[in-house]
Amino acid sequence: MTAAAAQDGAGAVGPILRTRGLTKRFPGVLALDGVDFDLSPGEVHALVGENGAGKSTLIKVLTGVHAPDSGEVRYRGAPVRFETPLRAQQAGISTIYQEVNLIPLLSVARNLFLGREPRRLGLIDFGRMHRDAARILHDYGVEVDVTRPLDRLSMGARQMVALARAVVADARVVIMDEPTSSLEPREVETLFSVIGGLRERGITVVYVSHRLDELYRICDRVTVLRDGRVVHTGAMAGLERLRLISLMLGREMAQVERQGATTFGGAHEQRAAEPVLVAEGLDAHRRLHGVSLAIHPGEVLGLGGLLGSGRTETARAIAGALPLRSGRVAVAGVPLRRRSAAAAIRAGISMLPEDRKGEGIVPELSVRENIALAAMPRLARFGLVSERRIDRVVEVFVERLRIKCAGTRQKVAELSGGNQQKVLLARWLALNPKVLLLDEPTRGIDVGAKAEVQRLVDELAAEGLGVMLISSDLEELIEGADRVVVLKDGAVVGELSGGEVSEGALMQAIARAGRAGAGGDAGADREVEP
Amino acid sequence: MTAVDVPAVCGDRERVIGWLQEYGVYVGVAALLVFNIAFTPHFLSVENFRTQAVQVTPVLILSLGMALVIATGGIDLSVGSVMALAAAMISLYLGYGPVAAILVALVAGAAAGAVNGALVAFAGVQAIVATLAMMIGGRGLSLVLLPQLDGIRNAGIRELGAGDLLGVPYLVWVSAALIAVVAFVVRRTVFGRRLVAIGGNRRASELSGLPVRRTLLAVYMLCGLFAAVAGVLATARLQASDPNSIGQLIELSAITAVVVGGTPLQGGRMRVAGTVAGAVLMQLLVSTLIKHDLPPSWTQIAQTAVIIAAVYVARERGRR
Repeated sequence: MTAAAAQDGAGAVGPILRTRGLTKRFPGVLALDGVDFDLSPGEVHALVGENGAGKSTLIKVLTGVHAPDSGEVRYRGAPVRFETPLRAQQAGISTIYQEVNLIPLLSVARNLFLGREPRRLGLIDFGRMHRDAARILHDYGVEVDVTRPLDRLSMGARQMVALARAVVADARVVIMDEPTSSLEPREVETLFSVIGGLRERGITVVYVSHRLDELYRICDRVTVLRDGRVVHTGAMAGLERLRLISLMLGREMAQVERQGATTFGGAHEQRAAEPVLVAEGLDAHRRLHGVSLAIHPGEVLGLGGLLGSGRTETARAIAGALPLRSGRVAVAGVPLRRRSAAAAIRAGISMLPEDRKGEGIVPELSVRENIALAAMPRLARFGLVSERRIDRVVEVFVERLRIKCAGTRQKVAELSGGNQQKVLLARWLALNPKVLLLDEPTRGIDVGAKAEVQRLVDELAAEGLGVMLISSDLEELIEGADRVVVLKDGAVVGELSGGEVSEGALMQAIARAGRAGAGGDAGADREVEP
Repeated sequence: MTAVDVPAVCGDRERVIGWLQEYGVYVGVAALLVFNIAFTPHFLSVENFRTQAVQVTPVLILSLGMALVIATGGIDLSVGSVMALAAAMISLYLGYGPVAAILVALVAGAAAGAVNGALVAFAGVQAIVATLAMMIGGRGLSLVLLPQLDGIRNAGIRELGAGDLLGVPYLVWVSAALIAVVAFVVRRTVFGRRLVAIGGNRRASELSGLPVRRTLLAVYMLCGLFAAVAGVLATARLQASDPNSIGQLIELSAITAVVVGGTPLQGGRMRVAGTVAGAVLMQLLVSTLIKHDLPPSWTQIAQTAVIIAAVYVARERGRR
């Protein structure tokens, strides 16, 4: 790979930024593993990879947020080691994050010139500052009163201010992390023309995004990261879409049909005629565009798609945790009238959320309190808690899910990630649901617990539960699901069932959808990367 | 050698901190009792215990309501002003008889709590801001309703403030009953479990289908109701309604009692016995210093020391 990287693209001029053997280790994870990365002056360079591939870590090392454990960063030909993000910025490397790091209550002009205000007699020359700011922002398509506080601007305009600020600060390298995730289509066009302008001025842009269409439109070269390693560097043009996806997901096309390594059993052939869950036309502002799907009893329905395709949003919408503009959900033929988590739970929908710490466990409470949390009203009489009933339910699930704890009164925060996940599964199963939505059920848990969770999903489906499975682990998705609905930009773009469910077919479905440009406006959804 | 010793010491230290977090407040109460029995003349008398119990009543009742609010991750700064509101209501409605006047006072307290709760739960205002507004507005409203001190000459109210049943003052009976009620609510009811879960992780509680907003509203209403009870009792003891000075700065004593009692300010946990002990500890501390003729400034310094110790212990636990 490195040989390919060296010969490609740089042209006559030497690289403005180059890393060799960059390695960064966090407790338990090798986030960067000998990364060689080159940036040429005036190129737009795509940096892609799935969750945990190391994109964020690489950016943070380049901009002085993290220090590398080993390896070298050369900037404009000389080895550098930025101690703080400020140092990197002063040297000319600016980052524009998803959540713009400007000061919301200061005026637009102050934000633009913060730290380098035009001065007269030691005081800020406000007149000149405001004139300059208006002139500069005009070039970025932002026509606003620059004396107003920044927080009155739309997200897109704020991003433009951040970009303009980077250029005002003499940036040579501008790193953009998911810049279009909060932009309207019109704003995306403006951004692209601004990026074009930067390229002409010889400024290098590192463009991080999951939207393949955008990458192909504006990027010159691409670097693909996977598990902390560079798996590909090369020109964007001529790189096939399917090949790019398979590089990101880490599946060689040849080995796609090989034997599975997960603990899922075979398909669940029993499928009742009537679906247990029907969702129709789910539409959430900029996130979902008319998603429809059905889950049958005894079936595991997988949701496929890249990061940001609307998988999590679909699950949340069904579970009543995402406000919808329109759309309806019915369980066993009965439509849900109210849209709330409580109503969905009453109807028999249980959702295991993706963010275990933030939305799952109540850390200060015991294992038994955590398991009983959602089912509490059913385990009580006249508002009084029945300890006996709780104990009975808790015992059943601790045994069935093999939750390892010092006792059911142990605080859940003291358990391992895998056991915490099992406690949450127990919480949802204690409700005796008809439909179980699992959002990344095995992320961040150890191999043993992972296998147990996968086996459990299989058992539950065999018992007649309708299961929806979201997983970034492609193997898990393919082998766990009987049927896969493919999402892109918040819309359904394909479905695989029976023998079609394979890694190759899934990747082709994702790639095909991209070219067809199916579903919604360009500035569609956004899935926050944890 | 030292390398081997260090972890053992650390483990011990952690255990001691954990133990202090759990039982420190009782140790403090016991230490003060022992000190007073040894050095304070006439401490071991029925009359003294009676006085202590009566004096602790308002703070104790407030701290029970406050502990409920703090367990949900909120705070209520308005309890002192709600006491004043209740006092003003007693004076204004005494013409309808003491029972009616007390009922009106309690309803006013619950209504003030409902406003707090609605602002926090439905409007999404931060608890500290919402209740700060009520703290200022409630006091102002009481002063509009009753501009100056008004002596109360009513047999029923006087009996409530000074009378006793089986040798125990009514005030103490009321606080004992409220302690029992709160302990029951927290230990045995679904509502009690919910409020602790909401304080522990609000998003998880919402996704688990808990009626988060309704529960928060009820918790703030309860806190307002308890504050009104404290206001009624304080008025009865004083034999006068004094909206200007009643309950001034008392919210800080109530918060102190809760924190010293081991309920963490970030919520997610609720200790009833600890809260009671916390209120008793602060009362004993103040009375001990007064009995030994130390100036009021010493009292403040001693209170500060206890608060810092309590917060320090809580911090150590959180860091683990």
